[in-house]
Formats: sequence, structure tokens, C-alpha cells
Amino acid sequence: MNEAGRFSTVRIVLVHPDLLGTYGDSGNATVLAQRLRWRGLPAEVLTVRSGERVPESAELYVVGGGEDQPQALAARQLGRSGPLQRAVAAGAAVLAVCAGLQILGESFVGPDGVEADGLGLLDCRSVRGSGPRAVGELVVDPDPQSGLPPLTGYENHAGTTLLGPGARPAGTVRIGVGNGVGRSEGVRSGRIWGTYLHGPVLARNPALADWLLASVVGELGALDDGEIEALRGERFAHAAAEAAVTARGRALPGLLARARGSLGR
Amino acid sequence: MLALDPGALRRLGSGRRSVVVSGTNGKTTTTSLLRAAMATAGPVVTNAQGANLPAGIAAVLAAAAPGVDAVLEVDEAWLAGVAAALQPAVVVLLNLSRDQLDRNNEVRTLAGSWRGLLAGLPRTLVVANADDPLVVWAAGAARRVVWVGAGQPWTADASGCPACGGRIAFPTPAARHGAEPAQPGPEPARPGAETARPGAETAQLEPSAAQPVGEGWACSSCATRRPALDVVLQGGTVVGGEAWRVSLGLGLPGRANRANAAMALAAASALGVDAGAAAAAMEGLDEVAGRYRSFRVEGVPARLLLAKNPAGWQEVLDVIRPAPAPVVVAINARTADGRDPSWLWDVAFEALAGRAVVAAGERGRDLAVRLHYAEVDHRYAGDLLGAVRSAARLAKAATSASTRLGATTVAAGGEQGARSEQGARSEQGAGSDQAAGFDVVANYTAFQALLAGLS
Repeated sequence: MNEAGRFSTVRIVLVHPDLLGTYGDSGNATVLAQRLRWRGLPAEVLTVRSGERVPESAELYVVGGGEDQPQALAARQLGRSGPLQRAVAAGAAVLAVCAGLQILGESFVGPDGVEADGLGLLDCRSVRGSGPRAVGELVVDPDPQSGLPPLTGYENHAGTTLLGPGARPAGTVRIGVGNGVGRSEGVRSGRIWGTYLHGPVLARNPALADWLLASVVGELGALDDGEIEALRGERFAHAAAEAAVTARGRALPGLLARARGSLGR
Repeated sequence: MLALDPGALRRLGSGRRSVVVSGTNGKTTTTSLLRAAMATAGPVVTNAQGANLPAGIAAVLAAAAPGVDAVLEVDEAWLAGVAAALQPAVVVLLNLSRDQLDRNNEVRTLAGSWRGLLAGLPRTLVVANADDPLVVWAAGAARRVVWVGAGQPWTADASGCPACGGRIAFPTPAARHGAEPAQPGPEPARPGAETARPGAETAQLEPSAAQPVGEGWACSSCATRRPALDVVLQGGTVVGGEAWRVSLGLGLPGRANRANAAMALAAASALGVDAGAAAAAMEGLDEVAGRYRSFRVEGVPARLLLAKNPAGWQEVLDVIRPAPAPVVVAINARTADGRDPSWLWDVAFEALAGRAVVAAGERGRDLAVRLHYAEVDHRYAGDLLGAVRSAARLAKAATSASTRLGATTVAAGGEQGARSEQGARSEQGAGSDQAAGFDVVANYTAFQALLAGLS
């Protein structure tokens, strides 16, 4: 794809945003396209609504978050051996957020409480969590293999995601809940990055956007991300301060000390 | 709040006729418009200042004389409990869309709670926006519904059918804004339960077969569709079947307020208020609890608007002064705003290109990044009043620049019959040495802080 794609238009498919777009998910496609254009690489966002055909030959796919019922509809429409599986086999990169992460796995819980088939692109399955809904700022140390700096976002989900032997967490939770099992957050496989971080995630994490882009177009030059760094600094500090307050409320001095430590890093 | 005696609202509501208004956007304005309309027929008590949770509602009713009509806005998440206690004569359902993402994560859950409520209120008349599928599904459980074609440009939260999970097809914007369906029902308020249920007897799978393009939304898998209308908003006119037709001359700007007025007129008419008198009474409102209030900042005219979510923003983008007038956008993310401002990415801020935007508020940096990616000229100012002063200076600079160039400001066309829009246009045209002015758009707590700071 690199050879042919380097100077031709990079296509970014926003998958069924009418079903999977509750948390500003179209922003991830906007960020990807702009970061290509600002480097002189032509980019196009293809918005594919539910009921429309998902192209198989694009370079990047963004699958967002949504409510239970639309999530199940999206999974049914995308199918067990559909365009997304063929695109991934051809080398496309995928960002899957929240409900999007869940449907890329082997199975998830449908609106009726019954296990529903996922797309089988990630070796994980999502079940109903036992605790309260995970809502709040989420800070993650990404998989060291990715070479990415810490990630910041917001999470809001009831599901717990269990990883199979073929899956690798996308990162380790520093503050927040993530997958709900241990401290793992998200699922990674090849060029697929699945995560519970929204916000939307790429707006706050330009390095992750560039990681996805580089995986399909090759090495990329730097951009002026000063304004985004200012936002990141603010969100990291806020999450740490909030975690410290929560820890104090629960009278857990150890956690408080850890949160304080993370402020300095 | 729940410490409130559960019987208290029931006691306060008994012996009086009450109307409750709920939805994501337009509650306060619709309540104010309806209060004005009903006041033409007798005394009315209201919570139009926005105290729309059970404790606030109880306080308003406790201070009211017994037997006086009440027009009350109710937070959409509290509607089921409040209305079950009050047993209102009329429930007005405006719309449902994403808002306060951290809490109301499932608009369908809210719609379901409304549906359950209405199934248990057989004597209540529901006035429902027929252009919002979530509202229609909820109201479908009611015995008596007045369906109002009030419009709902924001459709992104209703793509999945609330009844069956299938896909809802909406008419294209061109079709939607073209010929409005002239199919008001034969009676202004139809009492029959069966006819009121949306599409109960028309179970075809192909929407286009029975429903011409542009006539309304329909589920592509089940019979859920836009019901036949009893009242319809057509441009600046509201038509109540054969019974009445009034021209709106609102002091409030924009399409959304004409929709609010249509909903209020339908409710007032159903309660026996003369539609003409009701419409005339609504004309007097030119601000609602600070919304659309005008100020002067360093001699420059400014106007304060509220937009809390993408659906609200979609309407506000049509109302604000056109470029090059600067605009302040102030965003907080406190509990009352929703703590997750991800929705900023669902707003078409690209439309603000061609002017300077001052990004303000506690989440001004999130907005600045959004504007960065939208390639909109902007600056960040955390302090709200500092941001407003900065916009005033930008407005002066923009005006003197356009005067130097001899440029004539092109008026923003399209909106009809709203005095404030005309006012904004004449201000734009006036400006030789007078700065043209600017708008300040804020979400809930930022709006409250600005209102206090500017007043």
C-alpha cells in the first residue's frame, strides 16, 4: 500500500457514524485527515452511514462508540466476514473505540443481555462488568513496543473486556479503569488499535494518530502541536489531581502517593 | 433531592391543572412561551428560571396559590418521576439528543423511561414533536397525542429505530427543507388512541412506496414512522389542522424558537387558549432567563446565547451574527454541563471560518484544539470576561477594517420573521464608526457565569 499510496489520496473510512458516533468519534477521522493534509499528503474522509457499503480498499478505518442497540446493529451489518476483515487482511489500519473495540472482538453483550457475535478481528470478548459504569478521565501508559508517550482520554462504558491468548493490551492504566481486568487497557493486534479512551482519543493524542498514519503511509515529519500539548498538560494534571482527591476520599494513602508521583512524571 | 417527601409533589400538584415541558433542548424557552400564552386566559405559575429538578419544582408549587395553573419545565431524566406525581393535564415532549455524555449516555434509556411513564398516564394529553423518532416512540405509549411537525435538524442520535433496532431513514435536508408536508390531521387534537399510534396500520417495508420523499422519516425494518401531523410549522406559520393558522412574529431568533413556539401553541390550543391570542402574547418575549440578552462591552453591542450540545449548536450557528463578526465560545465541563466535552467534535465549527473566535472557559483548551483542526482563526482565553473584552476589541478592529476597505457586510439571509435577526443585520449595516458587535455562545455553567458577570 505504501508504494502505491504514498502520493495518492489516503482514504479514511468513518464506519457507520450514525450508529457508532456517540462520543465525537468523527473527530478521530478529522484529526487523521488534517495531519496528512498539513504534511502535504492528500487525504479524504469517507463517511459511510449504516446501510451503505463499506469500501474494502481504504487505508484507514475509524470505528467509534455507541449505545447498545446501535452497536449490535452495526456488528450485524459489518458481518463476520465482511469488508472490514478483508481491508485488514489487505493491510489497512483500524482505530476502534469503546463499542467499536467491543465489536471488533469475538463477542460482546447485546442489548438483550445475550452474547452477540463480534467481527473476530481481535482475540477478546466483552462482558457486562460487575462494578459501576466506568466513567471519567483515563490515563494510560501505552504498550512500550509502540514507542508512544502516555495517552489521555475519557472513558464511559459498562463492559469489561477479557483478552484471549492472541491479544495484547494496548496499554496499562495509570488512572481510571480501562478493560476492567487488572490494569490492562485496550487491545492491539498488528495495525489495529482498540481502546476505551475517547475524547476523542486522537484529538488529545497526536502521537497515536501519527502511529496509525505511519503504519500505512510510512514515516512522517513533525507538526506544530503546541496547542495540543497545552491541552495534554492540562488533562494529565487534572486527572492526577482528581485521582488524588478520590484516593483521599477512600483513605488510601498508597494510591494518593502514587497519583502524586505520576504528577511529576 | 430525594430527601423530598415523595408525596409532596403529588399533594402540591393536586387540585390544579399542570403542564410539564421536557426534552434536551428548548425546555426553558418553550415553558416561557407557553406561560405567556396561558397567561392570556388566567393566572399561571411557572419555573421558567430553570429550576427543573423535583426540589425546585416543589418550591415553585409550594409558593403558588391553590388551584392556579402550572407550566413547568422538567429535566428529561426526572420527567418520569415528576410527571407520575403531578399527573399533568399535558406533557410536552420537544426532542431527545446527546447531552451530558457522562451521565445520559443512552438517550434510548431516557426515551424508554418516558414511554413507561406515558403508558401509566391515561388521562394525560401528550404534545409531541413528530420529527424526532425517539420522542415519537416514547409518545406512542400515550393514549392521546397531538403530533407536531416542529422539525428536528439534528438526527444523529436517532439512526437506530428505538422500536426494533432497524435503521431509520431520514429525508435528505433538501427534501426536508423543501415542501413541508401539508397533511395536518382533520382534528386539531385527535383523541383516539389507535389513530395516534404512529403507523400502526401501515406495515410496509419500503418507505418510499407509501410515503413520498420528503414527507418524513421512517424505519426501514418496521412500521415506525413519522405520524400524521395535527399541527405543523411551515416556515414562520403554525397550522393547527383546519382549526387555526397563525403567523409567528417572535422576538426570539431562529428556527429552533419557531419550533418551540409551535410546540407551545399546540399545547395552549389543546388547553383551550385561542391560538391567535397565544401567538400575540409570545411576541413580547425577546429573552428567556438571559438567553439572547443584549449587552454593551467597551461600547460594542454583544449578545449572549446558550448552546449546550451539538443539536443546540446546529441551531445557534444559524442565528449568530455573520462573519467577520468575532464570536466568543465558552465551554465548561462541570456536572451540570456534563463532564465530558467530546461533543465539541460533533459541532460543525468549520462554519465559523472567516472570523476570529475566542475560545474560553474551563475547557477552552479542548475547544482551541477543535478549532485548530477546523482551521478556524482563534485565540485561547481562559477567563470569561477577559475573553469577552478581547472579542469587543476584535469587533472594533473588524469594523474599522471593513470600513477602510469600503466593504459592505453581506447580511445572513434565509431566516425569516425574527426581529432580532433583522436587528443584527441593521447593526451590521450601520457601522461606520460603530463596531458591528459580536455574539457570545456558552454552555450551561459558562453561560450562567457570563450572565452574572455581564449583568
